[in-house]
Amino acid sequence: MRKYQAHIYVTLRPSVLDPAGTAVMSGLQHMGYDTVEQIRIGKYIELSLTAQDEDIARQQLDLICDQLLANPVIENYRFDLIEQRDGVSA
Amino acid sequence: MKFGIVVFPGSNCDRDVAYVTRLLQQPTRMVWHEETDISDLDVVIVPGGFSYGDYLRCGAIARFSPVMQQVVKHAKQGKFVLGICNGFQVLTEAGLLPGALIRNRDLHFICDRIPLKVERTDLPWTQSYTPGEIITLPIAHGEGQFYADEDTIKQLEDNSQVIFRYYGDNPNGSVNNIAGICNVTGNVIGMMPHPERAADPILGSTDGLGLFKGIGARSEELVVSG
Repeated sequence: MRKYQAHIYVTLRPSVLDPAGTAVMSGLQHMGYDTVEQIRIGKYIELSLTAQDEDIARQQLDLICDQLLANPVIENYRFDLIEQRDGVSA
Repeated sequence: MKFGIVVFPGSNCDRDVAYVTRLLQQPTRMVWHEETDISDLDVVIVPGGFSYGDYLRCGAIARFSPVMQQVVKHAKQGKFVLGICNGFQVLTEAGLLPGALIRNRDLHFICDRIPLKVERTDLPWTQSYTPGEIITLPIAHGEGQFYADEDTIKQLEDNSQVIFRYYGDNPNGSVNNIAGICNVTGNVIGMMPHPERAADPILGSTDGLGLFKGIGARSEELVVSG
């Protein structure tokens, strides 16, 4: 079995209003950062798992994200997968 | 009608609901979230609160509790389910109702009393109200903005699945002022306002009582009126 670490990013779908992002945007504008054009706030989740190979790890993560970590009605997700060897990234 | 009220870690409106169903002299029991047999129940109520701390998303973790698998079965058998506030969020997460509840438009947690228009009175739940009746119910939520994509909203409207709409001001930005919906068959309903908090005259309003009377009245004469 191999050990992997996943960095999962859950973001609101583009069509969904993001009030928190909008509020932070107006805060930045008040501070004078008028070059910032858009902010969307999402979630970052770290997760480690064991799997036979990378394909299986990715399949499991897809299921985990689809079933629980993200709500497909309002959110998209993506993840980076890093294989761990001897406690360090490969 | 036998009522069961689901209790998740973090539920905090469960006993308020039980107070109302017992006020109406309906047999009522609390249902712990780990229970796997609810076949004795006619009506399941998923109450408000913060199930599992609302970690990840409101209602996301509750959906996978053992009792929710039974609630889904109960609903599919055509039996009655009501989700209030966090319970509504749980029912959408479980796929029993369409859409999702997202952060309020203005980012505020809102605690207020809000006028609602009753859109449907042909359901067992809402039969105590008159068509187009305006009632006032308390709301208390930070993530009560109803969202669904355009196709889903069209289906909801075409099928008359919207049962309550915010009347006048839209407090949280919900699409089409939606405050409560039902499934296609009408046995499952979800709503953000709290009918149980307006069901005893001591609280200043009984506008929410009709919902419980409607469903309870199906099987027997009610003892408490008005």
